[in-house]
This record gives sequence, structure tokens and C-alpha cells, in this order.
Amino acid sequence: MGAESMQIVLNSVLVLALLGVLFGIGLAVASRKLKVESDPRIDEVEALLPGANCGGCGYPGCRGLAEAIVAGAAPVDACPVNKDCAPIAQVMGVEANCRLPQVARVRCAGGKNETEQRFIYIGVEDCAAAHSLAGGPKSCIYGCLGLGSCAKVCPFDAIVMSDNGLPVINEEKCTGCGLCVKACPRNIITLWPVGKKVTVLCMSHDKGPQVRKICKVGCIACGICVKQCPVKAIAMDDNLAVIDPQLCTNCGLCVEKCPMKTIKGEIKQEREAI
Amino acid sequence: MAEYLVIIFGSIFINNFVVSRFLGICPFLGVSRQVETATGMAMAVTFVMGLASGITYMVQKILDALHIEFLQTITFILVIAVLVQFVEMVLKKSSPVLYRALGIYLPLITTNCAVLGVTILNIDSGYNFLQSVVNGIGGALGFGMLLILFAGIRENLNFAPIPRSLQGFPIALVTAGLISIAFLGFTGFNLNALFSF
Repeated sequence: MGAESMQIVLNSVLVLALLGVLFGIGLAVASRKLKVESDPRIDEVEALLPGANCGGCGYPGCRGLAEAIVAGAAPVDACPVNKDCAPIAQVMGVEANCRLPQVARVRCAGGKNETEQRFIYIGVEDCAAAHSLAGGPKSCIYGCLGLGSCAKVCPFDAIVMSDNGLPVINEEKCTGCGLCVKACPRNIITLWPVGKKVTVLCMSHDKGPQVRKICKVGCIACGICVKQCPVKAIAMDDNLAVIDPQLCTNCGLCVEKCPMKTIKGEIKQEREAI
Repeated sequence: MAEYLVIIFGSIFINNFVVSRFLGICPFLGVSRQVETATGMAMAVTFVMGLASGITYMVQKILDALHIEFLQTITFILVIAVLVQFVEMVLKKSSPVLYRALGIYLPLITTNCAVLGVTILNIDSGYNFLQSVVNGIGGALGFGMLLILFAGIRENLNFAPIPRSLQGFPIALVTAGLISIAFLGFTGFNLNALFSF
């Protein structure tokens, strides 16, 4: 009995091992014969992409974008995360014409301390859900709902929600992929050129007195910043001051003069004579 | 000749893998969105099932001779996995578009229970080598026919006015159920009488 069962064990091992080796050799030969020649540039471009597979470019992952770039379907600077497209342009043998790097900016400063709740929202922890329920619980219908949909969607952990109920973006970590921009149901987050520090932290198109009533830091469309700006970078658009980042020189005059402290940003220490 | 016809027609209509044995439901629902990919899947499955039937028949002979029939499942899965790998290589080389369209469902043929099902059913039914291969190909044809049929229906379902709660997957499952009931009509067909010339 003992010898017989040993024989069975031995047979089992032998048969399976033999079959495995046989199939292994067969597959090895087949993979040699059926090798697919792929463009080596695809691998090179993929290596130069960030590899986070965030999908910010609209292609399925970095590999998908690399294939599209090599095929000529996408420009070399199609990756919104990639800060420097010059190496990719070099691989492709085209002129580097890279976009300016951008970071996400939250354009609302009205957190729990500055605004009031119209009603108590008990529901899914999701901004889009809250927004669709009678315009959301916040007193300001333009302001941040503070449920952190942007923080949840960020693949780079660059957004955290402050105690005040506002998203705080870590600009070191932010890659400008734009996923939070799409996630925000109120379009509060915009992509902003990295070097431009001054932003109007309000998206309210309400008239001044109405804004005063519901938010302590909202833009009341007084127009002081428009008059103060030495380079005419600020314009008034439907009761809201809007800065053109291309024209802004970070001088910070508007930051100082804004009566509501809506405009924020690092001010240059030595102001250049303009 | 007649017996092969009986096997083929039996495995396509009466014992159809999807609608009467309920095997291979995963790719049936997963790859039936477009007729084109469904056709590709059907061909890949036909190839794997036909070849797997033949090879597993021979492997079973070895297992029988050494009295280690209990290894049936594991060796059969090994055979199927190798065949699927092979099909994957061939497809990647010959039709990259189809390869990408099939996506994850291609390696999943390995775990397509219809393939393992047909190989084990061959042995259980006591088929000889040729009968096994014919049964394998017949079963795959039945699977493929239903897959393409279903994909055609699902393509048209996209344009049908379906209540919102039933759109997409739910209506596909309802449709699959109705097809299954329709195929119930083939049960009890006396194929031997039909093909006795």
C-alpha cells in the first residue's frame, strides 16, 4: 500500500512537471516567433511621463498618452502634470513648445467662519450631491461647499480640507492635472500659472450688498482694485473682480487695497517701479 | 457522419453552453456590447475550445493510464491557460485592434467555465478523440452564435426607449433570460431521428 501510494504521488508530480515543461517550451518558442515589434519611442516617452496614470490628459493612463504622442495624435506637452516637456520633444525630434506649468487655485475664501449655513445638510459626503439639493446648504450659492470632493479626487494628495471647511492646495504637490477642477460642481477651482501669486478668492456674481450680507470675505464689486492696478490686469465682470494672470505682475497693490480682503497673494518685497 | 451532426447540433442548440448549461456567462455579458468584438471573442473561444478538447482528451489518456484521474481539473486548466496565452500572442501579432478591444476578457478565457466545462463533459460523456473535438467546436460555435446574436440585440437596445431604471445592464440580463427561455424550445428534439438518413 505504501509503495503504491508513493508511486501515485511520484506519477502525479512527474506528469504535471513534464506537462509544465512541455507547455513552457512551447510558449517560449511561440513568443519568440510571434514577437511584436513596437516603436521603442513609446517606451522612452512613457518613461519621461510622470507615471501616475491620473488620466488628466484624457488618454487611458501614461502608456496611452505615450502611444498617442508617438503616433502624432497628441502634442508633446499634452500631459498636464509634466512640468518640462523638452525631453519628450527631444525624443520625438520636434521643437519644444511647452505650456506654462499650472497649479490649481481655490477661488473661495468663505469657510465656516465667514459664511452661514442656510440649512443643515445630512446626506452623501459629496459636493455634487449637496449642490444638487436646493443649491447646497451654504449661504452663498457660488461658494465652496466644503465636502471635499476635490480632495477625494486628487491622485497626488495635494488637497486637504482645513478646519474652516475649505480645501487647501499644497502647491508643491499639485501637478495641475485638473481633476479637481472637473470634480468641483461650482467651478471654484481654476488652473493658474505657477508664478502668479495674486488671486481674487471669490466667485460670487451677487451684487455688493447681498455679498456683504452672506459672506465676510466676498467680492463686493467696489472696483477699487480695478482702479489701483497699474497694469490694468483686473476687470470687473458681472459684479466680480477678475485678474488676468497673463498681465498680473504680482505687485500686490490690489491685495493691500481690497476692503474685503478678498484678493490674496504673496506680495513682492521690493516693488519694481512700473 | 450522422453522429457528428447530432453532437454539433446538440451542443449548439439543445445543450447550448450559455442558455441551457449556464456556463461562460461572464464573457457572454462582458463582451457583448459590440458585434465586432463579440465576433473576435467567438473566434478566439472556438479556437481555444476546439484545441483544448483535443489536447485534454490525450492528457486524460495519460492520467487514466497512471491512475491519477484526480489531477483532471488542474491539468485541464493548465492546458487551457497555455492555449489562451498562445491565442493572446497570435492576436497581439495579427490584430492589435481586436487585442485591445477584447482587453481583459481575452486572458479571462482561461477562467471561462465553458471551456473547462466542455473538456470535462467530453470525458464524462465517453467521447472518442474526434467526437471530443467536434463537441468542443460545436459548443464554441453555440457560444459564439449566441454571443454575436446577443451583441446585435444589445447594439439595438441602445436606441430603444427603455425606462431609465432598466437601461444598460438590467435590460441585458432580462434579454438574456428571454433568449434562454426561447432556447428551451429545442429541448426534446430527436436529433437521431432527424439525422438518420
